[in-house]
Amino acid sequence: MSNITSYAHIKHNQVSVNGEIVFHSNSSLTLIEFLSEAYKNLGISYPKFHKMDAQCKLGFLCAEFALKGTNFLTENNLSKTAIVLSNCASSLETDRVHQHSIDDKSNYFPSPAVFVYTLPNITIGELAIKHKITGENAFFVSEQLDADLLVNYTETLFQRNTKTAIVGWVEVDVANFEAFIFLTENTENINKSSIFKSLNQTSVTTIYNQTIWTH
Amino acid sequence: MSQRVYITGLGMISAIGNNVSESFLSLSQSKTGIGKINHLTTRYKDEFLAGEIKLSNADLADLVKDNNPALNRNSYIAMLAAKEAVINSGIDTNDGLRTGVISSTTVAGMGKTELYYKELFEKYDHLDVLDTHDCGDSTERIADYLGNVDYVTTISTACSSAANAIMLGCRMIKHGQLDRVVVGGVDALSKFTFNGFNTLMILDREWCKPFDENRKGLNLGEAAAFLVIEGENALNLRKGKALAEVVGYANANDAYHQTASSPEGYGATLAITEALAMSGLVPSQIDYINMHGTGTPNNDLSESMATKAVFGNQVPKFSSTKAFTGHTLAAAASIEAVISVLSLQNSMIFPNLNFTTPIADMNLIPETQLVNTPLNTILSNSFGFGGNCSSLIFKKA
Amino acid sequence: MDALIEKLKGQIIEQLNLAEVKPEEINPDSPLFGEGLGLDSIDALELIVLLEKHYGIKIQDPKDGKTIFQSLRTMAEYIKSQGKS
Repeated sequence: MSNITSYAHIKHNQVSVNGEIVFHSNSSLTLIEFLSEAYKNLGISYPKFHKMDAQCKLGFLCAEFALKGTNFLTENNLSKTAIVLSNCASSLETDRVHQHSIDDKSNYFPSPAVFVYTLPNITIGELAIKHKITGENAFFVSEQLDADLLVNYTETLFQRNTKTAIVGWVEVDVANFEAFIFLTENTENINKSSIFKSLNQTSVTTIYNQTIWTH
Repeated sequence: MSQRVYITGLGMISAIGNNVSESFLSLSQSKTGIGKINHLTTRYKDEFLAGEIKLSNADLADLVKDNNPALNRNSYIAMLAAKEAVINSGIDTNDGLRTGVISSTTVAGMGKTELYYKELFEKYDHLDVLDTHDCGDSTERIADYLGNVDYVTTISTACSSAANAIMLGCRMIKHGQLDRVVVGGVDALSKFTFNGFNTLMILDREWCKPFDENRKGLNLGEAAAFLVIEGENALNLRKGKALAEVVGYANANDAYHQTASSPEGYGATLAITEALAMSGLVPSQIDYINMHGTGTPNNDLSESMATKAVFGNQVPKFSSTKAFTGHTLAAAASIEAVISVLSLQNSMIFPNLNFTTPIADMNLIPETQLVNTPLNTILSNSFGFGGNCSSLIFKKA
Repeated sequence: MDALIEKLKGQIIEQLNLAEVKPEEINPDSPLFGEGLGLDSIDALELIVLLEKHYGIKIQDPKDGKTIFQSLRTMAEYIKSQGKS
């Protein structure tokens, strides 16, 4: 059976972990400013963070908040940990930045460090690099959070080599952004502490709607 | 015991042909499709070569028989290749069985969006173009074009995308969620892609030379390729014919760098090893490897290391077919899946063009001429940015 | 030369988003890659963009970066040698 052991949700310049808001910044901050504040709040030092595009920063932070205080990384075999993410806009935000840099003939300096982020699955790569997670990974493009798809796909992975997974949604499109990431384990141990004893469309939808945002 | 999954239909359009039979002809005559840029408008027109599809957008619209202005090059070629695969398989999407479409793309509608970019974001004109920009758009177009499709999804994991679409299709059939799936990938060329890969300095100005000591980089290509995969139950029900069986697949993350592969090919080794384990085959039972082999210094070295890690001193015959088609990104794995099935069907290994000198200390020499030899099993590798490594194993049906 | 090195420090920190690095922490003779600043292959490409953007120097072969970008000092010496400082 599979359970959900922890989750984090970021939107409206707020970070919620397991349904409780743990960090919020002034709502007038831009996405980049907010991400920088949330990074400071996390209290870690990971210089690569500053090189990431907004989507990777958002996904990275959401995963860090979900992982914080759990034993997920230490007690699991990370070669059997999958990462399954999804969104609607693919990498649109960074695509725009790259497009701007090649559009102006008089100021033509496309940046390799920007271009590498014009793929949505680089967010998965950043999580994999940070924690040396080498299991299966997939990135789906869906119109909205498709709990059914994510649950079905993760369950399918659990039927072979995968034992644990980091699953969710990471979307950035101009001013709109949202990340929602949960940790799930396929375990025989029914006493294992978890937020939800089951992984299914209902449990995912429930935790997705759990947080009461303050504005 | 879950049911077996067979490939029953092939469709592809790329620089080496507008359909499977034209592609087979080019492959068997060692004729590359990479040449001067004719259709794409770019500052690099005279600087780089590319594997362009030899048809204009107007030609493609004629072939698709749809002049809907919302369609773009990506959708046209996806629709054509998917339709060819469906016709080739003989399936009827109206027969009551459950059909899925799982496609992959990285640049999506960018080729069209960039033409109107200034108008879009400065004058808010041509906003209808944005409707076709999304990665999901070409998948929806395919589904509409084929008709009566029960399930549609889009995967975007860079250059291994189509391999992951094939894997997902197989799994959904094995788990009884679908009876058959049209799987594959598509990426049309765009300025966006050219300018981006150029910043990474991994484009060769001449023909790419996969696995050559003096390789300088890749040639970009554009393509769409789709395969119909069917569960054995559905296939038996309609008394259809299998072209090949998908016996192994695996995906792993290299966890090394956003774009570069690890020097020792860690993720690739994991993917190949897992795919072999799933197939129940031992390394010596693989008859041929269709390599990812992009021609970049980094990929080919890393893939060579992984190949040696898995196969030791008994590396099977191998080649990269990217010197025919160019690197077609999200379509690459499905293009190479179609080529692998053609190899199985025709007992032919298609050559690794432009190779002369083996990579120092690797001692790995690809097939440089067409080889006629019976083939029973083929391993096909596809690795993408973001550390995404996939391997597929096909078996003669 | 020292003025150029100081200028380069600021430009590198900005171009490579080295938000947690202060200019005075960069030793002009320490290796830029591997240890030291921990730069990677994408950073090397960004340094090539930096040379073009700020100094009008075009590098065609990324392999040339290996010698030019050994340290801040070798980078400054290269810019001088191109008569572009």
